[in-house]
Amino acid sequence: MKPAPFTYHRARDVAGAISLLVELGEDAKYLAGGQSLVAMMNFRLARPAHLVDLGGLRGELARLQEEDGALRVGALTTHHEVERAALGPGFAVLREAMRWVGHLPVRTRGTVGGSLAHGDATAEWCLLALLLDAEVVVQGASGRRRRVPAGDLFLGFYTTTLAPEELIVEVVFPRPAPRAALTEHAERRGDFAVVAAAVDLDTHRVVLGGVAPAPVRVPAAEAVLAGGGTFAECAEAAAAAIDPPSDGNGGSGYRRVLTRTLVERACEAAMTR
Amino acid sequence: MSWVGRSAARREDPRLLSGHGRFVDDLHVPGTLHAQFVRSTVAHGTVTGVDLSATLATPGVVAAFTAADLDLGDITAILDRPPSEFVPTAMPVLARDRVRYVGEPVAVVLAGNPYAVEDGVEAARVTYEADRPVVSAEQALAPGAPLLHPAAAANTLVDVSMFATEGIDAVFAGAHRVVRVRVNSARQNALPLETRGAVASWDPREEQLVVHTCTQVPHLVRTLLAECLGLDERAVRVIAPDMGGGFGLKCVVGREELAAAAAALRLRRPVKWIEDRRDALTASFLAREQHYDVRAAFDEDGRMLALDAGIVCDMGAYSCYPFTAGIEPLMASAELPGVYRVPAYRVRARAVTTNKAPSAPYRGVSRPQIVMVMERLMERAARELDLDPVEVRRRNLITEFPYTGVNDVTYDPGSYLESLDFCERLLRDEGWYERREAAAAEGRHVGIGYSCFNERTGYGSAAFARRKMAVVPGFDLAEARMDLSGTVTVTTGTMSHGQSHETTMAQIVADRLRLDIAQVKIHQGDTDRVPYGFGTFASRSATIGGSAVARAASALGDRLLRLAAYLLDTTGDNVELHDGSVRRRDDHGRALSYRELAEVAYLKAHLLPKDAEPGLTASASFDVQGDGTFSNAAHGVVVELHPGTGQVEILRYVCVEDCGVAINPQVVEGQCRGGIAQGIAGALFEQVTYDAQGEPECASFIDYKVPTACEIPDIEIHHLQTPCAFTESGAKGAGEGGTIGAPAAVLNAVNDALRSTGVELDDTPIRPETVQRAIGACP
Amino acid sequence: MTEKLLISLTVNGRRHDDLVIESRYTLVDVLRHHLGLTGTHVGCEHGVCGACTVLLDGAPVRACLIFAAQAEGRDIRTVESLSHDGGLNDLQRAFSACHGLQCGFCTPGFLMLAEGFLAGRPDATREEIREVVSSNLCRCTGYQSIVDAIERCARERREARGDAR
Repeated sequence: MKPAPFTYHRARDVAGAISLLVELGEDAKYLAGGQSLVAMMNFRLARPAHLVDLGGLRGELARLQEEDGALRVGALTTHHEVERAALGPGFAVLREAMRWVGHLPVRTRGTVGGSLAHGDATAEWCLLALLLDAEVVVQGASGRRRRVPAGDLFLGFYTTTLAPEELIVEVVFPRPAPRAALTEHAERRGDFAVVAAAVDLDTHRVVLGGVAPAPVRVPAAEAVLAGGGTFAECAEAAAAAIDPPSDGNGGSGYRRVLTRTLVERACEAAMTR
Repeated sequence: MSWVGRSAARREDPRLLSGHGRFVDDLHVPGTLHAQFVRSTVAHGTVTGVDLSATLATPGVVAAFTAADLDLGDITAILDRPPSEFVPTAMPVLARDRVRYVGEPVAVVLAGNPYAVEDGVEAARVTYEADRPVVSAEQALAPGAPLLHPAAAANTLVDVSMFATEGIDAVFAGAHRVVRVRVNSARQNALPLETRGAVASWDPREEQLVVHTCTQVPHLVRTLLAECLGLDERAVRVIAPDMGGGFGLKCVVGREELAAAAAALRLRRPVKWIEDRRDALTASFLAREQHYDVRAAFDEDGRMLALDAGIVCDMGAYSCYPFTAGIEPLMASAELPGVYRVPAYRVRARAVTTNKAPSAPYRGVSRPQIVMVMERLMERAARELDLDPVEVRRRNLITEFPYTGVNDVTYDPGSYLESLDFCERLLRDEGWYERREAAAAEGRHVGIGYSCFNERTGYGSAAFARRKMAVVPGFDLAEARMDLSGTVTVTTGTMSHGQSHETTMAQIVADRLRLDIAQVKIHQGDTDRVPYGFGTFASRSATIGGSAVARAASALGDRLLRLAAYLLDTTGDNVELHDGSVRRRDDHGRALSYRELAEVAYLKAHLLPKDAEPGLTASASFDVQGDGTFSNAAHGVVVELHPGTGQVEILRYVCVEDCGVAINPQVVEGQCRGGIAQGIAGALFEQVTYDAQGEPECASFIDYKVPTACEIPDIEIHHLQTPCAFTESGAKGAGEGGTIGAPAAVLNAVNDALRSTGVELDDTPIRPETVQRAIGACP
Repeated sequence: MTEKLLISLTVNGRRHDDLVIESRYTLVDVLRHHLGLTGTHVGCEHGVCGACTVLLDGAPVRACLIFAAQAEGRDIRTVESLSHDGGLNDLQRAFSACHGLQCGFCTPGFLMLAEGFLAGRPDATREEIREVVSSNLCRCTGYQSIVDAIERCARERREARGDAR
């Protein structure tokens, strides 16, 4: 379980990283925290010819600040930094969601931007971005930055709408979410969620992971919340609206049951926050 | 105060805690080549071509060999049984023409570093003609099934029918109640955290092949290496360094260590093979995939009258060496009655071969399954007869010893009833029965479950001979040597891989010689240092190895006494060992320290009595003549099933165990807790699965769900002590009991929690989805 | 041809210059096989078992999921740094006293996990300790004695600094 050969490049700044990736072509990849990528490389399930290490960009890309009611999270901020951050009640949902991200030694390395770019359908940051209408700031080959609404980011199974050389530099959570929560179920502590659910009671958002190739909003359940329905009714609506896949971690019906359970739990957690 | 019975600090700890343990992958020999294997990608088929040209052209690759290149003998494990009962399999070191599971080694690649060797493996091109795979016992036994081994009709390697008490059918026909259970347990991986591995090199000075390998059985590895490589045993030295667990998986000989040794011999260069986790999960030895269909006849008071069992064990592609594919079915059929009086018994036990990685012993070997069977029978009988399940057990437990069962096994004294009563009292006193009822009133699912079992330990030559193994392990040898400093070195044929032998064996020796354990050093795991031994498995170390060590120490003590009596001008009965010296009983002031005695024995031999040998060494052996000694325990578990997720939460876990004299109680508790954790893992989490093509589906720790600290509860342990009458220390084995008892107790607790639903679950692992289906709507 | 890099690493306070490695070498392999620090073990190479846990700038990390080149210029600590003057430190002693190890293979990973964790959370509760212990796998102990050991060490450290809790 040793990775295939590759050439290592250390980026000095954001622009340099991007131009390097453009130059190296499609067999090149960015390396942020590496908690997903390196594991896949060790299995030789991923075999980039070049890695551009972003570790040197933390000075530029690991800032975390609340500003005009918004929260700006630098792409190289680690899960553990968010977990320890002195965030106001408006963004406590992010801090508390971090306990679901793997385990401590993974959270100390894994990054917010890396997680979004990886696009795992059960990843906490993917759900949170969708839940809180985050804007993902990406920089491309031209040097210009564009803001991608989280809703436009995830295409499906581990794929996003970003071009290979586009680098996530920052994630902006535009407004506080004092009554939002995320919860999950897995057989073991720290496992990838079988199903993950996140809700925001103020915006009537319901987001699910593990029920489709990408994290999804559930309009039917959101409508129940908006219409003043109970949490149980919302959960029921969410379970009815989805058509989850079956695999070794759970059949479609079981994922539906989990959805009902977790949406209700998330609503209650958001309520009592 | 004696050392035995004391939780002495472990001698192993300082080096292991400071990073100075020496595990096999820690050995660094300059010039080492790293070995990895090209492995079959099809489950069943014929190898039509092996092209290693790209491999050999890969940068860093030095050599690559196929079966034809190495020309080694096969690994064939034998039972001395007629062909109707046993069919051997010839397991080649590298596959020749046929492959029988995904992951079977086809070629070995050697390179200058562990990265390049994987490039070389990746570059190999092997072509196959695939046959229909056999991926379950049911498929293996189906008429017209493809045959894995031509000599094994119906893919059956072992088929034994035993005991068949006369008139058993009439007992069933006339019984008040016949209860049936079918238990299926999933394939598991013993999963030592250190994977398998070996470093082999040729030592030209000693004219010897030196193989460092993490094995529980160094001398058996030597024997197979010598046989396969055509060397005399003298020309092979096997050394087991520190080992990161074994749990049975490392008490069989692997093909890869043989191939690595053969490559080292051929190339006259050191070769290191370290199994990676993917191979450890998919291509190593597995265990526990068993199917039981068992009927039991009961009278109206819940007394078992007869037991009729059908057992099928899915042993994978080959027999393991030396235990064979009989390891699971023979254990299961001999031990099934367990702690209960069973007047009539009949069993048919089979081992079938399938296109999966082969099975090896795993902690408890079949007993986790047979205890599940017996404990489910007790629970179900209680339910059907409307009796209390603990009371039903009481009525059936063996209470008088020695007891010879219908299975022709004689049990030495134990505390079967006492441990169960103790366990039940603990849960009653804590109010769990009331809490269970209160929970039920609220619609919650709380359940209480027990298991009651024994564990045969200290299998001697006689017990293994009854299995008819061609290799009959049983006895152990020990040598004790005192040096000029008065310190003692003792060899044992056992092989610790976490069990703390350096401490517990030293405790035994320290008592026999009235020394501090700091003055005792235990040596094991080196075939050039240790005269002979069968290693560590089947909870044999404290019982057999410990007794040999005790006898060797006593023999050395006798030599010291005789020498001192002579030098102190008195008779042998007037001297005693005391605190590192020998003194006269009638005059404590007249004493000679061990140093002084050693000086005479080694440096002033002219002062020895005329008939005395110089030096201070002694050796001894130990074997168990009868059926071994039986530890026992009762486990009590309380679980709650969570609606909406189906998660099983263990609220309470208590264990009342009796392993006779506990040499080191803290070590015994460690064995219990760790064993129980593995039992819980089997009951609720771990499962090696294959797809319809025989492709293994668990290649990572994401898929193979080893439980973490959040899934394993704190466990309370209580000790009873029924000393063994024939081991030197009074100890019985303690290595496997936790693993044996836990699945049944958990299974019973889950079923108790499900009692309002009418659903009964008898298959392990019990996954949350299954529980959810039982307790709530789950379309 | 595989690319070679020349890097330097600072491990346990000592700087190692002129390490010639391939880009793809993981930190754990370089620690073990190039620097001879074999106390850090390899258990799964996909970031789950935690046998390779070391401290990187004080934080516990999986050394199998970091390329050695990424660790250049960072402060790395391994299990070999814990003992002082040949004696075990308080955490190691607590592991021994609580029988928090059997085969000892996973132990260095748990020690470094606990060392990094307690530095940031000296007042951790037993449940918090259990949760962090769930980061790594142990096959021998059943975990309880590992949780006991870390809890004991945390308590002794609090008592040593005069905290009555």
